[in-house]
Amino acid sequence: MVAGYGDDHAHDHKPKFFTRWFYSTNHKDIGTLYLIFAIVAGVLGGFLSFWMRAELGEPGIQYFEDDIRRFNVYATMHGLIMIFFVVMPALIGGFGNWFVPIMIGAPDMAFPRMNNLSFWLLPTAFACICISFFVPGGEGGEAGFGGGWVMYPPLSTSGSPGPAFDFIIVGLLAAGFSSIFGAINFITTILNMRAPGMTMHKMPLFAWSVLVTAFLLLLALPVLAASLFMLLTDRIPGGTGFFDPSMGGDPVMFQHLFWFFGHPEVYIMILPAFGIVSHVVSTASKKPIFGYLGMAYAMVAIGVVGFVVWAHHMYTVGMHPFLKAYFVAATLVIAVPTGVKVFSWLATMWGGSIRFTIPMQWALAFIILFVIGGVTGVVLANASIDTLLHDTYFVVAHFHYVLSMGAVFGIFCGFYYWFGKMSGYLYNKWLAGAHFWLFFIGVNLIFMPQHFMDMKRRYVDYPVEMADLNWLSTMGIIPTGLGMLFFFLMLIEAFIVRRPAGDNYWGEGATTLEWTLSSPPPFHQFNKLPVMEYDDHH
Amino acid sequence: MRLKKALLLGIPALLLASASAFGAEPSFGWDVGVTDNAAEGEKFLYYVYVLIAVIVAFVFVLMAYIMIRFREKANPTPSKTTHHVGLEIVWTILPVLLLMTLVYPSFSTLFKQDIIKEADMTIKATGYTWHWQYDYVGMEDQIDEIISKPLSREEAGEDKYLLATNAPLVVPSGTKVKVLVTSDRNLHSFSVDPFWVKVDAIPGRINETWFEVYEGKEGTYYGQCAELCGINHYYMPIEVRVVTKDQFNSFVASGGDYASLPADKNAVQTAALNK
Repeated sequence: MVAGYGDDHAHDHKPKFFTRWFYSTNHKDIGTLYLIFAIVAGVLGGFLSFWMRAELGEPGIQYFEDDIRRFNVYATMHGLIMIFFVVMPALIGGFGNWFVPIMIGAPDMAFPRMNNLSFWLLPTAFACICISFFVPGGEGGEAGFGGGWVMYPPLSTSGSPGPAFDFIIVGLLAAGFSSIFGAINFITTILNMRAPGMTMHKMPLFAWSVLVTAFLLLLALPVLAASLFMLLTDRIPGGTGFFDPSMGGDPVMFQHLFWFFGHPEVYIMILPAFGIVSHVVSTASKKPIFGYLGMAYAMVAIGVVGFVVWAHHMYTVGMHPFLKAYFVAATLVIAVPTGVKVFSWLATMWGGSIRFTIPMQWALAFIILFVIGGVTGVVLANASIDTLLHDTYFVVAHFHYVLSMGAVFGIFCGFYYWFGKMSGYLYNKWLAGAHFWLFFIGVNLIFMPQHFMDMKRRYVDYPVEMADLNWLSTMGIIPTGLGMLFFFLMLIEAFIVRRPAGDNYWGEGATTLEWTLSSPPPFHQFNKLPVMEYDDHH
Repeated sequence: MRLKKALLLGIPALLLASASAFGAEPSFGWDVGVTDNAAEGEKFLYYVYVLIAVIVAFVFVLMAYIMIRFREKANPTPSKTTHHVGLEIVWTILPVLLLMTLVYPSFSTLFKQDIIKEADMTIKATGYTWHWQYDYVGMEDQIDEIISKPLSREEAGEDKYLLATNAPLVVPSGTKVKVLVTSDRNLHSFSVDPFWVKVDAIPGRINETWFEVYEGKEGTYYGQCAELCGINHYYMPIEVRVVTKDQFNSFVASGGDYASLPADKNAVQTAALNK
């Protein structure tokens, strides 16, 4: 390992505030912008879910009486915001921008100006999404779009005549292009700008995870863009009829197109979290990753198989049973590389000297919750069982265990792992621990009862027999909300007290290149490229 | 090496246990279902639950052991092992074997649900925004279509609000009923959990499903729309009244008069399958 920045301190002058943050082409500043953006969007997305959960706390309609359609609007926006404006920006735009160039020993991303464009498309997209809350969407002129984040026609075409959904289409197209540009940038950077001696098979797993994710983005998002355009032209009076049966179209075709994007999207959200957790587990155990190549190619396998399983989201649309049987088999296959990942994490810890640091607590919780979400996925993979469970809260619980608790735990894991490196300050361990435990207890309290609820999704009101579990689930928002409060207290405290972080505050287990730099790293790093020694990894 | 031994001994035992769980009749108060598909579906679901519970327990126990045995205090010097080809092969092959045990029951239950046997009668269920309509196909001259609208809270009572309708679908027990499902405008889903039935209602398409309620299991069964269809998605229940063949014949003879049916003493049965 080399500390390759010694000579550039003299040139380490940062641009003035406006130039630095608005015209930024520096990968670390853009990464910071992405993280701030994700936190802001996350507060809004979380607020929506708290309000929905409060509504569902008891039977009857309490908070959505004047416009019950608004419940569907909240559910739709919660999904879109959390996926496109929280998890993806945080994991890929935030941590990806910050640490992929550093980990591979590159001075910056390959296309710094395109990086700037990638970021600034996102607030634009988010503005469109927020506007759609307030403009007419429903058939009665009610505000917002209430057709679910999956946007199935005809509810998203003839069912939502107002401009609210058009704003969502434009917003998602902008967010999609932002991600496509980001993906191009990551692929180019990772394939071409690795430091001398850093072969693909020596590259840190987080860089691997972002590389696989970038390929998924590049292949999946154009399909989303195309289907959104088709919705847009279908919505024009006298326009096309791709999904309109009265003009020879078929609503199910949209579902196929959407899930051809939608299923890889699931892995887009979880793969970078896999990468982060691998580093944290290895660092906290003071041991190199166990089965590095298996870990890297398990992610590649998940990415590849992820493209051929999409119709397991649509077992009830009336597909031929042989087609369903194929999707059952293909879906079950994904459990194998996923199992390889879980066992490799455990084997990395085996024989290690484990310190239960805050990021390690998040990583261990990630593994626990991801295993639970994974096995309920095995349940749902079976088409004959999905007949019962499709569009119920069992599905909601399943995907929140892998996303709300998989991807989001991955985000917090990375945040606490790299917070000192990014900000230069150490966090208060007590506040961070309170955040972790409250959040961990809270989300489990919210989502565990949902497995047993027997309630259909997207219901603003439900029969009284489902009341007890709903009440229990709603109680979970109290610890979850308090946990988030402690997250913000932790941030404020850290920036007030300003305990300086050393270069490598995790010690011997942290072996990737970011730990050879100062905290925070210099504005431009690696003006002299670091040279990797032959036995650096595994 | 201890990890390897645990894997080598643990997983075949688990395979055996789960295989016998699937072979045996579920035993602790498990509702066996009111149709063949529900009974077999529940049995399969029960097997998968056992399987995943064992897997989760195995991973958690292993993890807890690692967290205690290899914490910093107990093991101050970390090992540097990063490879073990045998172990990596084992944890790739064993999940494959476990998953293979799912394939046969998964496919057989799927084909039973989806390949529709020769039906004794056919019903057409059409989703409207927001209620269901049922037509007795081929019997239109004897019995009118049923327009099944949800009851208000006052009419239905607290317990059955969002489940009960003003006019349930009436079908005979011991009869293979084919249901053709379509929609007027938005997507809906015809979903009756106790029958293990769920198929989307899609404008421009006719989907089909079937059920045959066991004789002796007559009663009122409820379902709810299972595909987002707009404002009243939560408020378009499906109510199915299952009666004996004789009672059904007199229902038809009366031209679809609900007064011709005996009072229903059966308890409410809804989706409470995996409780």
